[in-house]
Amino acid sequence: MSDLETFRAATRDWLEANCPAEMRAPMGEDDICWGGRRFTFTSPAQKHWLEVMAARGWTVPGWPEPYGGAGLSGPEQKVLAEEMRRINARPPLQSFGIWMLGPALLAFGTEEQKRHYLPQIARGEIRWCQGYSEPGAGSDLASLQTKGVDRGDHFEVSGQKIWTSYADKADWIFCLVRTEPEASKHTGISFLLFDMESEGVSTRPIRLISGASPFCETFFDNVKVPRDQIVGERGQGWTIAKYLLTHEREMIGGSDVALFAKSDLLGDAVAAIGLDDAGRLDDPVLRADLGRFIVDEMAFDAHMGMARDLLRRGDELGARSAELKYLGTELNKRRQSLRMAAGGADDLVWDGPANDAGQAARDWLRSKGNSIEGGTSEVMLGILAKAVLKLPG
Amino acid sequence: MEKLSEDHAMVAEAAAGFLAQNHPVAAFRALRDSGAPLGYDRAIVGQMAGMGWMGVVLPEDLGGVNFGHRAAGLIAGAMGRNLTAAPFLSTAVIGASVLKHAGGPVAESWGPKLAAGEAVVALAMEEGAKHRPDRIATEARREGDGFVLNGRKSFVVDGVGADRLIVVATLDDAPALFWVDPTAAGVTVVPQVLLDHRNAALVTFEGVGLDGAALIAGRENARAVLAAALAAGRAVTAAEQLGVARAAAEATFDYLRTRKQFGMLIGSFQALQHRAADLYCAIEQTDSLAAAALNALDQGADEGEALSRAAKARAALVGRQATEEGVQMHGGIGMTDEMDLGLFMKRDRALSEFLGDAGHHTDWLLRQRGL
Repeated sequence: MSDLETFRAATRDWLEANCPAEMRAPMGEDDICWGGRRFTFTSPAQKHWLEVMAARGWTVPGWPEPYGGAGLSGPEQKVLAEEMRRINARPPLQSFGIWMLGPALLAFGTEEQKRHYLPQIARGEIRWCQGYSEPGAGSDLASLQTKGVDRGDHFEVSGQKIWTSYADKADWIFCLVRTEPEASKHTGISFLLFDMESEGVSTRPIRLISGASPFCETFFDNVKVPRDQIVGERGQGWTIAKYLLTHEREMIGGSDVALFAKSDLLGDAVAAIGLDDAGRLDDPVLRADLGRFIVDEMAFDAHMGMARDLLRRGDELGARSAELKYLGTELNKRRQSLRMAAGGADDLVWDGPANDAGQAARDWLRSKGNSIEGGTSEVMLGILAKAVLKLPG
Repeated sequence: MEKLSEDHAMVAEAAAGFLAQNHPVAAFRALRDSGAPLGYDRAIVGQMAGMGWMGVVLPEDLGGVNFGHRAAGLIAGAMGRNLTAAPFLSTAVIGASVLKHAGGPVAESWGPKLAAGEAVVALAMEEGAKHRPDRIATEARREGDGFVLNGRKSFVVDGVGADRLIVVATLDDAPALFWVDPTAAGVTVVPQVLLDHRNAALVTFEGVGLDGAALIAGRENARAVLAAALAAGRAVTAAEQLGVARAAAEATFDYLRTRKQFGMLIGSFQALQHRAADLYCAIEQTDSLAAAALNALDQGADEGEALSRAAKARAALVGRQATEEGVQMHGGIGMTDEMDLGLFMKRDRALSEFLGDAGHHTDWLLRQRGL
């Protein structure tokens, strides 16, 4: 047996022995384990699953062992993912720490920072949020104005962030702050980490068209951030931010994470509309739209598969993460619109026992943000035009 | 996005280098202008055989090199880019797949000839304007130890100058494949030149007498043999079409980088940048889909058929997007014969219909999923 086959066999045995039955079922939004100081486990099984996986370094299997990972190679990570999928094992932990901050710390953090922050992320002890956008700095993120004044042993941070995902549930924030007011737009930004319980931090959830409030406004009123909580050098924040956004886009574009609810679109359409005498969906125009959608979905799935392979081999996607983000989010918007068209009047139900209390409508409305958050589709196309196609500025 | 294996990377490099050097778009243009009736130079078949390409999907015992479908797709992609005219899809992919899956004495004697570039074969399947492999009116009836064939075929790509035709006909109310000599009595081959300057014959069979050995697949296996050959043909055609789309798109991106209007490079206009980037994304994901289809066929995976259909459908959409956007962004110059864009557009249109258009395969995928 090759080393990889041995690894597969051992992984299969271990998962079989350690993954609780309850953690081998499809997962809804409410079943996600985000970790953090204030997280309430939905079941003892969820808690146990996180603990045993974290102990093995398998919440972040590719990270080095000293930082809470298992140091698995690309092919080993692929095997683990395949074996987990084989038994429908849920991800034990999902977090912005894993997807975004972790990769940035691995690339730019000091040894002390890595040893301090990364294991906390791996064990799900600290839940992170991302302080990027501001009311006046959306697509033009680098024009951000939240300021961090150097007070010797600390930075004094003042300003406002917006669209901070789960800021009201997060323990710590990684935050872009203008520390060098004299420098140019892109070189005056630093990347700071601080506790959301610090004096002067407050949050206010924003109610969305879907009725949910996953995003917050976040306010900083002279928050003291100790000096050793800067990642990288002063003024290097934009470089780190861009690196991190690449990872975010890989994630939003699809990645291994079931970020988009994948309902049974086709099955639901048949149930709602029925088949004609020839056995076709009894709505030829919607059927054609669904056909175009499934072809594009197969293309995107193939593309993501190739991208995942590249990443597991240790290659970087760079600007090409923008292509996954653009394709994946636009596709999800189409999926949700088709789902609503298939559901018809039934999916207009907002409150009431039918249709899971408007889940289709809420997912549809929520999906409109997919092509805005993490960089709009227009920003993605601009990045691709310049960085990949080398079109003139 | 695909990380090619070392072997595949070598095939891709060889194909790109050899075709760009010896059979670039300019060579195709010269061929067209010369009015060559075959639409290709017969010498290229021997050259491609010399590289192993004519036997790319054939196993070694049939004289092939058994590089597989992914390799065939890489060769076809380079052919699409260069508009290289050769009976590769008809002979090296579809014809060879039929022989490989049918087996028997015809495969044993003709497989090596195909691989050596000594024979060209064409699939005589279509009978109307659209791809309908399940509706075949051409009929064979038994007579003595042999058969008599009657019917009419159209869109027989590379049928002009073919050494043998693979004829899809009905025998005893079931599909069957016959190996037919186009010079036999009762066979009429009417040459036609398509808009992409490739040949596609109209072939009629009037009381054509065939011996027993002409039946290469019958009731028990014809459906499966044809299905496998069509799946291979679709996936490799999609790869060629992507090569065409890439070449058209790259010419267009180049133009955006150099053409000035209103005192600036037109590639600096956001309206054009976004359309160009959207086209790029569409090509890239379709490329991954075609690669997935070809890899699935090589692995004998169940999803090979569905992926080959999705790839064929998606390649037609992206080919149209690339060539239409190409002409539009070039403006008036894009309408001229002097530019290569028109050649890409015409090849793209022909490939879209060949082996079924986007709607045909999308419909199949919907049916497969119960819609």
